Amino acid sequence: MEDLTSPKQEKANQDPGEAGRPWEEITAASSQSPESGLSEPLELEHGLETGPQLRRSPPQSPQSRASTPLDDLTGPGTSSPPSLPQEGSYTPSSPALTRQDLAVPWQSDKTSSVNPEAGTPHFHHLEQSSDKGELTASQTCQSEGTNFQQSLQTKHHLYGPEDVTYNNCKQKELRFNIFEEEDSNSNYDLGHTEPGVSEVAPSMLEIAIQSAKAYLLKTSSKSGLNLYDHLSDMLTKVLDERPENAVDIIESISQDVKMAHFRKKLDTLQNENEMLPTYEIAEKQRALFLQGNLEGADQELEDEIAENALPNVMESAFYFEQAGVGLGTDETYRIFLALKQLTDTHPIQRCRFWGKILGVEMNYIVAEVEFREGEDEEDVEEEEVTEERDDADSEADEDDEDELPRNFYKAPQAIPKEENRMGANKYVYFVCNEPGRPWVKLPSVTPAQIVTARKIKKFFTGRLDTPIISYPPFPGNESNYLRAQIARISAGTHVSPLGFYQFGEEEGEEEEEVEGRRDSFEENPDFEGIQVIDLVESLSNWVHHVQHILSQGRCNWFNPIQKSEEEEEEEDEEKEEEKGEETDYIEQEVGPPLLTPISEDLEIQNIPPWTTRLSSNLIPQYAIAVLRSNLWPGAYAFSNGKKFENFYIGWGHKYSPDNYTPPALPPVYQEYPSGAEITEMDDPTVEEEQAFKAAQEAAVLSAEENEETEDDEEEEDDYDQE
Amino acid sequence: MDAESLLLSLELVSGSGQGLSPDRRASLLTSLKLVKRDYRFDRVLFWGRILGLVSDYYIAQGLSEDQLAPRKTLYSLNCMEWSLLPPATEEMVAQTSVVKGRFMGDPSHEYEHTELQKMNEGEEEVVVQIKEETRLVSVIDQIDKAVAVIPRGALFKTPFGPIHVNRTFEGLSLSEAKKLSSYFHFREPVQLKNKTLLEKADLDPSLDFMDSLEHDIPKGSWSIQMEKGNALVVLRSLLWPGLTFFHAPHSKNCGYIYVGTGEKNIDLPFML
Repeated sequence: MEDLTSPKQEKANQDPGEAGRPWEEITAASSQSPESGLSEPLELEHGLETGPQLRRSPPQSPQSRASTPLDDLTGPGTSSPPSLPQEGSYTPSSPALTRQDLAVPWQSDKTSSVNPEAGTPHFHHLEQSSDKGELTASQTCQSEGTNFQQSLQTKHHLYGPEDVTYNNCKQKELRFNIFEEEDSNSNYDLGHTEPGVSEVAPSMLEIAIQSAKAYLLKTSSKSGLNLYDHLSDMLTKVLDERPENAVDIIESISQDVKMAHFRKKLDTLQNENEMLPTYEIAEKQRALFLQGNLEGADQELEDEIAENALPNVMESAFYFEQAGVGLGTDETYRIFLALKQLTDTHPIQRCRFWGKILGVEMNYIVAEVEFREGEDEEDVEEEEVTEERDDADSEADEDDEDELPRNFYKAPQAIPKEENRMGANKYVYFVCNEPGRPWVKLPSVTPAQIVTARKIKKFFTGRLDTPIISYPPFPGNESNYLRAQIARISAGTHVSPLGFYQFGEEEGEEEEEVEGRRDSFEENPDFEGIQVIDLVESLSNWVHHVQHILSQGRCNWFNPIQKSEEEEEEEDEEKEEEKGEETDYIEQEVGPPLLTPISEDLEIQNIPPWTTRLSSNLIPQYAIAVLRSNLWPGAYAFSNGKKFENFYIGWGHKYSPDNYTPPALPPVYQEYPSGAEITEMDDPTVEEEQAFKAAQEAAVLSAEENEETEDDEEEEDDYDQE
Repeated sequence: MDAESLLLSLELVSGSGQGLSPDRRASLLTSLKLVKRDYRFDRVLFWGRILGLVSDYYIAQGLSEDQLAPRKTLYSLNCMEWSLLPPATEEMVAQTSVVKGRFMGDPSHEYEHTELQKMNEGEEEVVVQIKEETRLVSVIDQIDKAVAVIPRGALFKTPFGPIHVNRTFEGLSLSEAKKLSSYFHFREPVQLKNKTLLEKADLDPSLDFMDSLEHDIPKGSWSIQMEKGNALVVLRSLLWPGLTFFHAPHSKNCGYIYVGTGEKNIDLPFML
């Protein structure tokens, strides 16, 4: 069989143009060889060896390929049936592994060399190695490589077939190569693989080898090479050039092979833009850094306003960093720039970095803003329009006249929301998901939203239009819920050192609705500052400067029974019957007034609501006071005596040591009590009717004179009933 | 997070607001080195911080060469003096499960818990005293078992069994980084043994030897986000709010830190 192949190969060498085709011929011939009896010199061995191989040759499947080297191992004399136990014995022996591994590249070369061009250089190697073959014959037998196999072939050719003692392993190698060849050819038509599966079941080892090979064949996305080809190229090069101490320069050989590799950069139709989101946000943030240069004409005016409006975010971030909270420096700076963008594009009088609320998909960066005079009236009007529309609907309902009783359940009176710049709507909040993305103004908060928000606990998703699905139905989407939580957190955790703010004297006349309570304050120009130590040691040195939100959902009490003037105007038309004349006067709800020390805050089940800390114990003279809210985890405040700032970062939820419990169901409405109006009398019996008839007749007889009038009445009744 | 690259890690994790003040940072950098030397750890992790009412616990963990071997946990109140915590036992976890509320920040603080115990004659109220140190141990153990995270491929299983840091780990690719299945629980596998053969067939034995996050119960107990313009992927546990895992794709930088109250969020199903 080898006799057959080597002349063929020689022929192939002489005729490189036909290199592709002869191989197929060879393989075909090799499988036929025993029958045809062409390989006379080796018949003895072939009788032993080719038998099993032939049996396995038809499958031509990867499995059979994997089991082929096994036979090489089993040695010359032994007949080797292709059984699985032998594969097991084959596993640990490293020479077999190398041989297998190295035989495979050969095959892969061949798989790629279906086209005659690629096949040609291969045979060229063959010739080369045949020149050197005699010198290194004994080593190459033990060593490895594609060239080894080639040299084997050529050597065999040189020494002639009669040298049977030469080495059986060589022959087997050769035969193995041939089978590899067959296999690689068979890879092209899949139909051949099926019988192999039925004959030899895939073992774990084979699967492992397959997956390892697949891993090696994985093409690098950068260079387009794969390790498999690279290793085979390297070994080819080593065996071609035969350097001294090849192991020492293997790295540079590897490098050489890589450098010699040439591949045309192919044009692909698709543009590569897989990193798009990264660039997109970078592009947006670039605008933040460039905005300073944009202003041209009225720069001075803008600057004047901007100076007032823009908070010094970096300074407070520095202090918060001392306290161990806050965002990273670069993110803070981006937010700072984003705030500048906000103040430049809106008529903003005062701006503050409120904090960051974490969401499941995206986060919210929140800015607290006070508009200058002449802010957004338009959306106030819009809301009034919608309210009127609601009224119109209810009136239309009333116009229908029908006999059936109407539903006289009236929804509890909606508590109107507070005016802009008042109470919980004192500030306007802008949010964005990331600095650089556009700021979105949150709608103003309504008491109903606050009341409901107190009863639910939901994670923010990061998309403002997400519906909030909860048990007490939440009136609004996530933007409203976010706004309600911001209002609650602000009311609970915005604190300042005692004396920093004082009540504004001149604004008294504005507060008409609030009897005896003041809801505005101004900075105290004579504020002296407080010792940091005092701020840490006593909670009474900190005061709330945001109004407490009543359980009604408003900061300022709204009496739902005696309506305020505007309300009356709206609802005058609607109904007169049950006006607020009923005497049950609801007592006005009162919360702690403004500028109440936080030492009066309620405890949460023996847990103090605030924790104070000195930022550094090592250098107390330059430390700052840090205040941490235990009620709203994530809310912090610092003060260095003169300055202070509040900051929130967290999930936007209130702390409670107990589990969240959904609110209880509303009471079930009792049915109408069974009374005189509900129950009916029994039907009149015959006796009763007869008695009644007799009585009537008696009455008729006795009162002849009144007859006419009674008849009239009866007639009228009948008429009515019809 | 690795104590070696503490500063970089802190910078990366800062999007969640969980920083350390400069003096804490400096003292940690100093003291964790000494901890590594004194306890002969192969690797020291800065585990995080449990916020107490009076003071905070700073927690560090020491790993031996086998990354999944039982870890030693240390705590400190001032970031300089570290004390070793005893290993957590089942009994401790059961015992401390009755304690609710915030940590105090004083390891010798004792929670009192009254429970009814059946005595020989009738029931009797017994006041059980639970030390805060015990609670600390069990909470850390629970968090570690529930939400400690490691990206796929950062560790590998050697043929001899021990699990080592994979030095050829070059980070997840962007598309992988957005999937929960590329992250593993940093603990001995629990669910892996329950998988069917079919599911196991696709696993790479040297890499997929831990439980993946994607089958966590309840579904949606993780928030996965790209931050800093896709340069950083951040996983936040919703079950233990406060645990943040970060990983910069295409780099080795990854780790997790816990900053929180040490309480489990049992309201999670209501909140999703």
